[in-house]
Amino acid sequence: MTSNVSRILKEAREQSRLTALDYAQVIFDDFMELHGDRQFSDDGAIVGGLARLAGRPVTVIGIQKGKNLQDNLHRNFGQPNPEGYRKALRLMKQAEKFGRPVITFINTAGAYPGVGAEERGQGEAIARNLMEMSDLKVPIIAVIIGEGGSGGALALAVADRVWMLEHTMYAVLSPEGFASILWKDGSRATEAAELMKITAGELYKMDVVDKVIPEHGYFSSETVAMLKEELIAEIEVLSQLPLEELLEARYQRFRKY
Amino acid sequence: MALFGKKDKYVRINPNRSLKREVERDVPEVPDELFAKCPACKHMIYQKDLGVAKICPSCSYNFRISAQERLALTVDEASFEELFTGIETKDPLNFPKYSEKLSQARAATGLDEAVLTGKANIRGQKVALAIMDSNFIMASMGTVVGEKLTRLFELAIDEKLPVVIFTASGGARMQEGIMSLMQMAKVSAAVKRHSNAGLFYLTILTDPTTGGVTASFAMEGDIILAEPQALVGFAGRRVIETTVRENLPDDFQKAEFLLEHGFVDAIVKRTDMPDVIANLVAFHGGAK
Repeated sequence: MTSNVSRILKEAREQSRLTALDYAQVIFDDFMELHGDRQFSDDGAIVGGLARLAGRPVTVIGIQKGKNLQDNLHRNFGQPNPEGYRKALRLMKQAEKFGRPVITFINTAGAYPGVGAEERGQGEAIARNLMEMSDLKVPIIAVIIGEGGSGGALALAVADRVWMLEHTMYAVLSPEGFASILWKDGSRATEAAELMKITAGELYKMDVVDKVIPEHGYFSSETVAMLKEELIAEIEVLSQLPLEELLEARYQRFRKY
Repeated sequence: MALFGKKDKYVRINPNRSLKREVERDVPEVPDELFAKCPACKHMIYQKDLGVAKICPSCSYNFRISAQERLALTVDEASFEELFTGIETKDPLNFPKYSEKLSQARAATGLDEAVLTGKANIRGQKVALAIMDSNFIMASMGTVVGEKLTRLFELAIDEKLPVVIFTASGGARMQEGIMSLMQMAKVSAAVKRHSNAGLFYLTILTDPTTGGVTASFAMEGDIILAEPQALVGFAGRRVIETTVRENLPDDFQKAEFLLEHGFVDAIVKRTDMPDVIANLVAFHGGAK
């Protein structure tokens, strides 16, 4: 059990995992990235744009980790600033206007804890996304493709369906932060991870995630093919629902916790 | 060789030292003594000079107060009707000694959870009211806090009431893991429904409002007020200092800092708060 949780923690953070942009390219057709929040800047940690999923126009948004140090400096190691969340919201409202379903890919240790992030309202940016996503008038599917860390992950995960790849994690805080808060000792991260129920299997049992996509390695074509198939099918199902029913179901999905 | 023997004598830095200082600074409570030290300006203040509102006469920092004290300072006499008590957590992580911790907090505060919820009149204006109390496990938000707030918004939608929340929180309650995170989404969805119904939501940020509460309902008000010098932020100061490797200025994440950066509408001191709340509620048509 011990080895299992710490292995998943390691695998969830593995740098060679497919990134949000990778998924945007391999699952969708004609992906075109769109930049900027129209207010302050373009956050490299959050990417988004237009694409087609089996011919259907969709909006794809993701938290982007770098593949190497250089890339990571641009991506801020996948830790978004407020402008990233505001860019995501801009693209979601755009999707709503044009009736496009939204698919988000989540991989972050958490929203960036920086001076500028606080000055520009990190809390407000996340809060606004939670509120607006709860009522966005198009289907939303969120997929955790690595780390699902805290409010920074939730800010893209108030969705009709929340899925996880098999060896990823989703948690209220990083196990290091959790141990640091509760025991004033960040080195007890493994012990914290054991307690926290952060694995896809445990979260599926707790009804926090609706589906677990099996993984064979970090970039297997089987996983990608399966995820694509599931997304096509589920977007079709959600798109059939009358709007009122879709939104009521989304409200109840989170109301139950 | 003796020349190089000094290596052992490098000064050892204990990284826990700064931790300890932080803990002390984080608990600016009023000691039950003749004098209190203001956690903001560090002045020693004669207890009686603080008054019932517990405001520092030197720098006007509003001391942390209990939910019951806040209630007494805010609502019309005998107008408060407490609602949604007796909800139990399912203890989703089976967290060691969590139920003991809750019992202790209940005994120490006289509250059933970190937020007090109900209906009240403020200067004659009828509102749905929530007051968080940082004496209760740092007013962290677990499933019960989230449930009480969600029910408050749902009741306010049914009865067409404005909602007023005094926020205070260390953030999500770690002991309930992912379920605490889910409360942010749950409450935010209820806020959105209340907003869609055209009803007024006022948040008042009090010392300290941080983490998952800042990143959800605290920042979702139609109007956001703050008490003077209240600490308000998303990430903890220590986490930011460790990340950016620099010391932060004293006013960082204070109410005045948020006002300057455009994230609160006004800073209002405690003694003026009931009038300001009643006026704002009246501006928006009161209970409908």
